[in-house]
Amino acid sequence: MNLNFLDFEQPIADLQQKIEELRYATAGSEVNLTEEITRLEAKSQELTRQIFNNLSAWQIAQLARHPQRPYAMDYIKTIFTEFDELHGDRHFKDDPSIIGGMARLDGRAVMIIGQQKGRDAKERVYRNFGMPMPEGYRKALRLMKMAERFNLPVLTFIDTPGAYPGIGAEERNQSEAIARNLFELARLRTPVLATVIGEGGSGGALAIGVADHLMIAQYGIYSVISPEGCASILFKSASRAQEAAEAMKVTAKDLYEHKLVDEIIPEPLGGAHRDVAAMMASVKSRLIANLERLRRVPVAQLLSTRYERLMSIGAYETKH
Amino acid sequence: MSWLDKISGSQLLTKGVRKRNVPEGLWTKCDSCQSVLYRAELERTLEVCPKCGAHHPITARARLNHFLDPESRHEIGADVTPMDPLKFKDSRKYTERIKEAQAETDEKDALVVMRGQLIGLPLVVCAFEFGFMGGSMGSVVGEKFVRGANACLEFGVPLVCFSSSGGARMQESLFSLMQMAKTSAALAKLSERGLPFISVITHPTMGGVSASLAMLGDIHIAEPRALVGFAGPRVIEQTVRQKLPEGFQRSEFLLEHGAIDMITDRRELREKIHRMLAMLTHWAPAEA
Repeated sequence: MNLNFLDFEQPIADLQQKIEELRYATAGSEVNLTEEITRLEAKSQELTRQIFNNLSAWQIAQLARHPQRPYAMDYIKTIFTEFDELHGDRHFKDDPSIIGGMARLDGRAVMIIGQQKGRDAKERVYRNFGMPMPEGYRKALRLMKMAERFNLPVLTFIDTPGAYPGIGAEERNQSEAIARNLFELARLRTPVLATVIGEGGSGGALAIGVADHLMIAQYGIYSVISPEGCASILFKSASRAQEAAEAMKVTAKDLYEHKLVDEIIPEPLGGAHRDVAAMMASVKSRLIANLERLRRVPVAQLLSTRYERLMSIGAYETKH
Repeated sequence: MSWLDKISGSQLLTKGVRKRNVPEGLWTKCDSCQSVLYRAELERTLEVCPKCGAHHPITARARLNHFLDPESRHEIGADVTPMDPLKFKDSRKYTERIKEAQAETDEKDALVVMRGQLIGLPLVVCAFEFGFMGGSMGSVVGEKFVRGANACLEFGVPLVCFSSSGGARMQESLFSLMQMAKTSAALAKLSERGLPFISVITHPTMGGVSASLAMLGDIHIAEPRALVGFAGPRVIEQTVRQKLPEGFQRSEFLLEHGAIDMITDRRELREKIHRMLAMLTHWAPAEA
């Protein structure tokens, strides 16, 4: 098994290796080490628990970006049925870093929009590392408006380092593409349920993230700029990203405490990638439960609640 | 070195942007064409060089003072002041940066909002103060913008915003990011009510401000040579690893690519915005 351990998981990796060695040694031999292996496995679990109880913001950022972490397409294929991908913005091209389409969740039709990173080198390039172009946001907008027309709730999966900073993206007005989605999502006449499954990178994430209910995976992050970007501007060095991640309060727990997200979806011990099936099951049950609730809210009330909530966000005081 | 430098020394000269702490010179030099200009003259021309037409930075208040009719002005949200929700600290504390910016600009935060009249036409106007932490948008900017938009809804008047901002304010992280959604939602309300919003994009307008309120105007007017975009040129250069084309992300580039309606000299904005708003709102001056 290649579990691809992160730096801070090294003690767990060492222990796992020891367990593997013991297994190998006992295979076909007279010596019975089952008890010893069981003991070590319990120890490994305990160690994992200890390490994961005290993760720094930067360590969580690494988990959010873990190469084995489930991506939008994994959620779509596992949680939903009858998914048909819909392509293109109808003007310029199809952007593979944003995927979307209709599917059924527990039998009910929904519209899904997600940001998609690539799993291997080739797919990463194809998906542009999950960094959408303006046409990606315009495709997303097209699908949102279609969902509104046909009364389908919109479910979004956020997982992007940010909108792509490139020449073509600027020529085609990346700013306007993002701004337009914020504008339209604020008044979209159908329930919108957003989930940060990995990285919530700035405006590029928000452009599919204005919602009636915003959830974030336990080891997801969401911030105004990447820790590296913040570090290079404010800390004068990209290598100080750890401090920037801490300072910007990027973790699910911090965001929840500041009431900037509505719900944290707990992850399996060691992170979503250690037990993908369990992660899928909990995301699925939260999507179904929240959608059930939102479906019952009359549209006018849904919109006014969404609006009031947006208006209430901000930390300021009034004094002369 | 010009003859003036030689005879006067630096005491008499101030460059480019005016700073309150620096003693004001009688003369100033245009960064663009190097012409030596009479300070008072440059104020009369709204910091636009009368020789070469370069648009130099202007403070939010100077802009509003010139733009609005002198009578019946009301400032909106003047008492809204910043907090430090994340206890943010980089090389310095956010609270210190706020205090310093307040002392330097005499503003509480990076946006000034007023209700008033433009050649008789009632409206609400917002202006970003770039001197306040790069005109960055945090909770206060978002809240004041929304209060301005709410005044538009209350009085049924149009909105004009002069943006000039580096983007969302990092020190408030997700609070700042959410101001993009907040301001955009308020503009959606205006649009639904049929109230026009004219976005005047000035140098520079980037990141979170460009990717929200600044690009949501019914009409987009840019000042000449303004840098406007989502990502900064340095970030793009590092990402794409090629040299950026000449004039990239300048107003002229945006006009060519269809992102803005027009480029207008700062000195003509009053007249131009007035006449377009009059048409959009079917306004006519009251009979005398």
